[in-house]
Amino acid sequence: MEEVTQPEAPVIDIEDLHKSFGSLHVLRGVDLKVEKGENVVVLGRSGTGKSVLIKIIAGLLKQDRGKCIVLGREVSQLNEKELRELRMKIGFSFQNSALYDSMTVRENLEFPLVRNVANLTRAEINEQVEYVLDAVGLLQTINQVPSELSGGQRKRIGIARTLILKPEIMLYDEPTAGLDPITCLEINELINEVKEKYHTSSIIITHDLTCARATGDKIAMLLDGTFVKQGTFEEVFSSEEERIKSFYDYNFIQ
Amino acid sequence: MSTKKREHVYTKGLDSAFLAVYNGYVFFIRFFREVFKGRMEFQEIVKQCYAIGNKSLLLIGMTGFITGMVFTKQSRPSLAEFGAVSWLPSLVAIAIVRALAALVTALISAGKIGSSIGAELGSMRVTEQIDAMEVSAVNPFKFLVVTRVLASTIAIPILMFYCTLVSLLGAFLNVTLNEGTSFIAFFESAFEQITFLDIFTSLAKAIAYGFTIGIVGCYQGYNASKGTEGVGKAANSAVVISMFLIFIEEVIIVQVSNYFRI
Repeated sequence: MEEVTQPEAPVIDIEDLHKSFGSLHVLRGVDLKVEKGENVVVLGRSGTGKSVLIKIIAGLLKQDRGKCIVLGREVSQLNEKELRELRMKIGFSFQNSALYDSMTVRENLEFPLVRNVANLTRAEINEQVEYVLDAVGLLQTINQVPSELSGGQRKRIGIARTLILKPEIMLYDEPTAGLDPITCLEINELINEVKEKYHTSSIIITHDLTCARATGDKIAMLLDGTFVKQGTFEEVFSSEEERIKSFYDYNFIQ
Repeated sequence: MSTKKREHVYTKGLDSAFLAVYNGYVFFIRFFREVFKGRMEFQEIVKQCYAIGNKSLLLIGMTGFITGMVFTKQSRPSLAEFGAVSWLPSLVAIAIVRALAALVTALISAGKIGSSIGAELGSMRVTEQIDAMEVSAVNPFKFLVVTRVLASTIAIPILMFYCTLVSLLGAFLNVTLNEGTSFIAFFESAFEQITFLDIFTSLAKAIAYGFTIGIVGCYQGYNASKGTEGVGKAANSAVVISMFLIFIEEVIIVQVSNYFRI
């Protein structure tokens, strides 16, 4: 008898997601699937709800309607303990890095590790901190505080802090925003390296087409609260849809 | 028939006031729920206690010293009218122990510590550092709020005792310069009228004030919004609200302690 292999369930499965803030209807029926090992870039103009989408995935916000299933579990239905367990499998890189100002780079990295992994010796903590810092190429900054770092370095440390818990899913919120073109390329490379090295599935929120082309296996174009087009970079931008063309042209001119 | 949706239950202002009180209550209850849950961040509590003490020690010392000295100086003419200058040490001690030390410590701490906690947490909120803790599977409430509230509840009574001592030293300096009273005679006379109830009430006040300063500062900072403007507002509200609550608590605690005194 022929063996039938079940297709693997997507790591993130979003269906008909709605979210409003007062009278502002930000997400109006969003559908998105992220397969294991896939990098999905969510493109869209500022204020279209891209960050809201990943905050719902990470359980920082709750949707008004629709499903948001992450690693097989509906995020909005999880209790505190279950949400904590899920979050250990999700890495979230914030737009402004969100490093803890009062701590050194070492302390920033140790912070989630010592609170989530029990019975680690000092040597093991040091080893893991140094390993992830080396992975983002910033081992020399270990004793510096965030205010002494450049924007690109802060982004890298922010990513390193998420990697220390070895996440299965990475959520990047505007990873190249406010960086110079060379640093942007380095961050794009880092995102791809993270995928290869840590076997993560990712959602990358951006409006930077260079970043989208360099990092995305799939592009999802979010306009007016819904995904108007999903596919490869070429498929999305070969579209005749006026709003997608104008987004591309605007980025090109920029 | 009009189907227009009502925007407010009462008026916009009244609705927000009720909502603020309700949110404050929820925050207050959450504190007690979180205190006994999960791992205790002892290191952070010690760090915060040190920061609170270190920040306020000099200021409270100077203010306490001046308060003791000025209060003694101002009280002397009234007592002299009745030929009762010898009562000065006990009068000053009663005033300092029962009311002044705790109030001076609390008001200075509200300004210095309350605003600092409000601004620090507010800034962490608007720069998404609190969200970052949450997505790292760390409980930010436990790490940031519980530690700071406990630290201020522990540190402010200590600062209050320090303030009492320094105020009495200020009073002694004034008395010894004017009446030539010795150190031992001054303190013997000062503590003659002080009862255990006075010390206990004073301690209870300092604990209540410390808790108030911590929880109000944390509430304002933790719920800050609207960018840098929100940080300033959080720091400012932390000071204003905690000072207001301190005076209300003062009235209540004095009433309760007077009930036991009689």
